[in-house]
Amino acid sequence: MNNPTDMLTAQQRQDIIRHSLQKRHKTERRLRWAGLTAITIAISFLVILISNIFLNGYTALLQSELQVEMTIPKAELVDENGDLDAARIMTFNWNGLVKKAFRKKFPDVKGMMDKRSLGDLVSDNAGYELRLQIEKNPELMEQNLFWIKTSDDVDMYMKGRLDASLPEKMRRLDDKQIGWVDQLKEVSEIRKVFNTGFFTTADSREPESAGILGAVVGSAMALMVTIILALPLAVMAAIYLEYFARPGRVTDLIEVNINNLAAVPSIVFGLLGLSVFLGFFNMPRSAPLVGGMVLALMTLPTIIIATRASIRAVPTSIRDAALGVGASRMQAALDHVLPQAAPGILTGTIIGIAQALGETAPLIMIGMVAFVVDVPTSITDPATALPVQIFIWSDSAERAFYERSSLAIMVLLVFLISMNLLAVILRRRYEKTW
Amino acid sequence: MTAFFTSFTGSLLWLILISAGIYFLSLRRLSGQIQTSQSKPHSLAYYYGRYAVIWAFFPAIIVLIVWTSFTRPLENQFIIQSLSAAYPDLPSSFVDLKIAQIKNISSGLIAAEDDIMRGLADQYGYASDRLSMLRYVTVILVSLIGGMFAISRIKPHFKARVVFEGFLRRVFTFAAIVAILTTIGIIVSLTFEAFRFFTQYHPIDFFFGTHWSPNVALREGVENALDEDVGGSSGSFGMIPVMAGTLLIAFIAMLVAVPIGLFAAIYMAEFASRRVRNYVKPTLEVLAGIPTVVYGFFAALTIGPFIRNLGLFAGLDVSSQSALAAGAVMGIMIIPFISSLSDDVITAVPRSLRDGALGLGSTRGEMITKVVLPAAFPGLVGAFLLAISRAIGETMIVVMAAGVSAQLTANPLDSVTTVTVQIVMLLTGDTEFDSVKTLSAFALGITLFVVTLCLNIAALSMSRRIGGRYE
Repeated sequence: MNNPTDMLTAQQRQDIIRHSLQKRHKTERRLRWAGLTAITIAISFLVILISNIFLNGYTALLQSELQVEMTIPKAELVDENGDLDAARIMTFNWNGLVKKAFRKKFPDVKGMMDKRSLGDLVSDNAGYELRLQIEKNPELMEQNLFWIKTSDDVDMYMKGRLDASLPEKMRRLDDKQIGWVDQLKEVSEIRKVFNTGFFTTADSREPESAGILGAVVGSAMALMVTIILALPLAVMAAIYLEYFARPGRVTDLIEVNINNLAAVPSIVFGLLGLSVFLGFFNMPRSAPLVGGMVLALMTLPTIIIATRASIRAVPTSIRDAALGVGASRMQAALDHVLPQAAPGILTGTIIGIAQALGETAPLIMIGMVAFVVDVPTSITDPATALPVQIFIWSDSAERAFYERSSLAIMVLLVFLISMNLLAVILRRRYEKTW
Repeated sequence: MTAFFTSFTGSLLWLILISAGIYFLSLRRLSGQIQTSQSKPHSLAYYYGRYAVIWAFFPAIIVLIVWTSFTRPLENQFIIQSLSAAYPDLPSSFVDLKIAQIKNISSGLIAAEDDIMRGLADQYGYASDRLSMLRYVTVILVSLIGGMFAISRIKPHFKARVVFEGFLRRVFTFAAIVAILTTIGIIVSLTFEAFRFFTQYHPIDFFFGTHWSPNVALREGVENALDEDVGGSSGSFGMIPVMAGTLLIAFIAMLVAVPIGLFAAIYMAEFASRRVRNYVKPTLEVLAGIPTVVYGFFAALTIGPFIRNLGLFAGLDVSSQSALAAGAVMGIMIIPFISSLSDDVITAVPRSLRDGALGLGSTRGEMITKVVLPAAFPGLVGAFLLAISRAIGETMIVVMAAGVSAQLTANPLDSVTTVTVQIVMLLTGDTEFDSVKTLSAFALGITLFVVTLCLNIAALSMSRRIGGRYE
């Protein structure tokens, strides 16, 4: 039998071919379309993620305060010579003073329940913070007008994060409390100011006085330890592998190990730290020292791989020339190749450190998840780290912590972006094309 | 003042000072030697200095570090002994607290609550002062002896550079071996703790048990509060449901990440112009640079409630910690990982294959689906395996967004738990370090390590296969 196409006219044949070609080109269009959709989806996830965090977090930059009028009983705070007495300042009931002064604003409020819910508008930490201020600057005692922090619920209401249309039972503030706040608003005795405390204090149980400084310092200390340990070790290991290792089983084993360690889940490094550094060597729990050591082991492979790549990018002619004029192999490596590779090594290190900065799980394992109210002063003090702080806050029930962890995420992202930008700039600026 | 001198930092500073002194002393000694013997030195002068510094600094710093890391446990032992002498019936859970108190009292941070504590703190303070004094003296002596020994060996014909470089090379070798030591450390420490777990809990019950509830023991313990043997010893640790939850979440993540990542990679490698590529690639990499805790936050507080509300709207009962929320967000996190790995694999397919396909008259679409993708297939599988290993080991997203109770279910709307969540849960409460509960975390840890290791090795061998095929 003949091929069926033989019986067709030229016109019909062309039609069939055109038709099938159209069909065949359709796959290409489909692939292209699928690819574009995939990229759009991925990028819109990124946009949603970032804008979600921004929208949740930017309000934490402001903090509500309210004005109270009070005279500080100086007589109760000084000793016989008229100097401030530390013990008396310590034991004085500052909270009582603040709450009493605040209640004076609403003389009509009677009854235990109402008085209590009125007092709830003021931050429970207001007295403590006032004390700190006065300890720092005793002249404030002459003053009569003070701005004190509101409670987190009032703060949320001021920022429109508390839905007043909800039934009263489901709200954190009842109708009366909202009424009082509105009254204060009318006479502008309540205001929102820039939340400096967020950047200058450490963690607290009260959202309105919780800050990230402790966590930032903890992170910085841990990362210092990481750099001090990981950078020299990585550079030395890379030079060894590039110039001194004899090809053989041991070298292969080292290479396989480095590649594998780069893919080991970070929590496993945390377990290592827990059982070796804390369990065996009895190092202090929750300390940036141990955190830094764990992070160093974790980032070591990344930095080694980057260092080897940038050593390899240096042309062999440099090394050959050095060897040719009589340098030893060590001199050629350290004095001639290494300086040329330095920008690349630095870039790789910054990227590795940026990764370490965002790492949370291993730090939780070695106890850096503790509640720490003091800014750490040494690397063996208990501390927490910025990403761990975000984790702790996002676990808390208060709506105000939600806002604060979003802002802390923004701070973390700013750090990460600037580190990565620095790496890009370094690469652009010092990268040599040979 | 003496406290600072004898502290770790103080000793370190002294060491640096001494080393600097030894450096200059050795240079002077060398020039003196040259003067008297009238011969040219073998190496550049500073190599003699460096050689002396090695001897002055390194033995001493090793003594300092080893001493410090081994006396801490001894100090604690010492406190525990005197504690148990002073308080014969102190519950073991208070020991750590008391130790911390004693240390704080002796460093003057807090006031002693009673005379016994003050006595103990004084005892401790005296002993630890003596110990650090002894350490300080030893370190300084070791440093001085080392430095003097090195200086005594300096002569013009001494090959200082060769010795110095030999030392450096040994240090470099050690640095490279740290990678092996880390792996050994992981394996040894995890197996050691896991072994202790398996002496108390049968491995078969652990690996094949279908019931995971480490906390049940505590509840039973409350009921039988009088019978102390029950408390803390008889939870059930069957890891099948935990592993199933891990795989379910990883599967959902791959379901999100593979199509998006793969199609994005195909587009970038085959269709996108250079300009588009230059913008899109770094943007996607931003997704990879976002810390996992941020994804966890997003999953727990935005996507989780969103999916739950969506379910309510559709009349479905969705857990607020559904596997779907955690898996989907993990998928987003993995997209750039898959897209960049696949991109590399696809671009690595040789030009000649593409040219051949186009030359035979195939369209670009046909070239991609019938030639490029099959050629890249092993590499793509390798990339997916790496991504699965990543998803299984991922911790923060699931800790924040997935559940804690182990359920054996394949329903993505239910709450499941994962290996990493359990490890975190078991090791973060105020539990004792040696209980079965905490030890079981290490058994989970070694399982996790082995599983991810196998996936990584499989991935590596897959991508090696493509390397050799077209060269």
